[in-house]
Amino acid sequence: MSGARKLDRRGFLARGLAAASAALLGGCEELSDQTWVKRALESGEALTRVTQEALLSPQTLAREYGEADLSPEFRANGSTNPDDPAYVAHAKNGFADWKLSIGGLVEAPLDLSLAELRAMPSRTQITRHDCVEGWSCIGKWTGVKLGALFERVRLKADARYIVFHCADMLGSTGTEADRYYESIGLADAFHEQTILAYEMNGQTLPIAHGAPLRLRVERQLGYKMAKYVMRIEAVESLDGIRGGRGGFWEDLGYEWYAGI
Amino acid sequence: MEAEETNPKRKGEVIYRHSATVRMTHWVNALVLLVLLMSGLQIFNAHPALYLGDKSDFANPILAMGTVEEGERLTGVTTIFGFAIPTHGVLGLSGDAESGYDERGFPWWSTLPGDRDLAMGRRWHFFFAWLFLLNGLAYLLWSLASGHLRRDLTPSRNELKHIGASILEHARPKFPKGDEAKRYNVLQKLAYLAVALVLLPLMLLTGLAMSPAMDAAFPVLLDMFGGRQSARTIHFISATGIVLFVVVHLVMVLISGVWNNLRSMITGRYVIEPAEGKS
Repeated sequence: MSGARKLDRRGFLARGLAAASAALLGGCEELSDQTWVKRALESGEALTRVTQEALLSPQTLAREYGEADLSPEFRANGSTNPDDPAYVAHAKNGFADWKLSIGGLVEAPLDLSLAELRAMPSRTQITRHDCVEGWSCIGKWTGVKLGALFERVRLKADARYIVFHCADMLGSTGTEADRYYESIGLADAFHEQTILAYEMNGQTLPIAHGAPLRLRVERQLGYKMAKYVMRIEAVESLDGIRGGRGGFWEDLGYEWYAGI
Repeated sequence: MEAEETNPKRKGEVIYRHSATVRMTHWVNALVLLVLLMSGLQIFNAHPALYLGDKSDFANPILAMGTVEEGERLTGVTTIFGFAIPTHGVLGLSGDAESGYDERGFPWWSTLPGDRDLAMGRRWHFFFAWLFLLNGLAYLLWSLASGHLRRDLTPSRNELKHIGASILEHARPKFPKGDEAKRYNVLQKLAYLAVALVLLPLMLLTGLAMSPAMDAAFPVLLDMFGGRQSARTIHFISATGIVLFVVVHLVMVLISGVWNNLRSMITGRYVIEPAEGKS
């Protein structure tokens, strides 16, 4: 009898706790939808970004690892096989006729083939890839330095952001709004470790990991490192582009500066 | 812990137990830790598995929450060091037949927001992490400057010598009266010190060690904890430690005079029952 009573009491406690947290959660849930709460939480995001930028100099490098540290299985997340018809055609052809286009606020817009990109100065780095979900993988990346590309096309003085337009569609609306895109600031664009990778772990970059080109921005989270980069554009402001927050995930509420 | 006065109605001595700084930072911390815990579980749910080292060994997590097929139906399972523990209905898979099952690490009622929403969970988490930092700094600086840390929280050599007796004393809850009740006992001192100087700072440091930007700025963060995935695991274990502390803390508050305790943490005033044989 006392056993049954104890169970009852426990059940009562559990129900009480669940009800209390439901009430609290309901409150927070409602709060999450209030504009002033969103604005307050966003002010925290601004403080976080400014602090990180203050702590990072152009010389601050992400840690580089050794061959022995490479992940045996590097997880491919997000899009792993774009079905864009133009992309599929290029993939079938090994991207032999494909060209990366660089434009926007530059003096000399340029289209470059993979062979031309491979002929430019390259950098190889073994770095840790941190997904916003929480996991990490270590991979070896070889690619052309983004800074070298922009020295070639000569950035105009009013350019402040570099936008990456991609071939893959990640959303589920079935419209252009699903297309992946990303953007970074000039400090990251000209950073030593910021490259457009065409090789991963010593092999041609696989489609699952973003062939023909994937951006590497090693001091930020994985979603900044756009795969299937087709076109690069220098802009003064992110306002007029898509959702205006500077990226596919950013438009869905994720931080633009993904250093944490 | 001064300003003694007698309260004839309660037949006890009233002391001023907690300073305004301790009271304020205590309640701010309570709220901030609750939001950090619940938004943290939301973030954890995005990849409900823990690893050691720099990278994730997906095949061998040290802890993972997920589902397994049992005949026709899915059941929730938590695996720790390879041992599968059935946690159906709470961890790995929650909900019920009526409202539908949901494959997720921690259940909706423990996360902020309740629905799966990593972006919003991160916003709550980082905003409250700033409040946690400012509140914690205010408490620590004040505690150092005012002598609170040394006077009220640091155990004496004598107390540490008799820690065994103190543990035995607490095996059967009997709370001190008279002068002894004006001070924290040695177990209280050690518990509060462990939380304030070890677990809470550890939360902050392991949190920063998960940031690729902070790792670049301060690579020592990675070396301190043995890699980013270890830091994430320690973050989880340390949070668990804080939850356990809060559970014990709440039980002690309840059984040692809940209204007296609550009042002392709100107004500062605490009634001391006179010791037997005295008064």
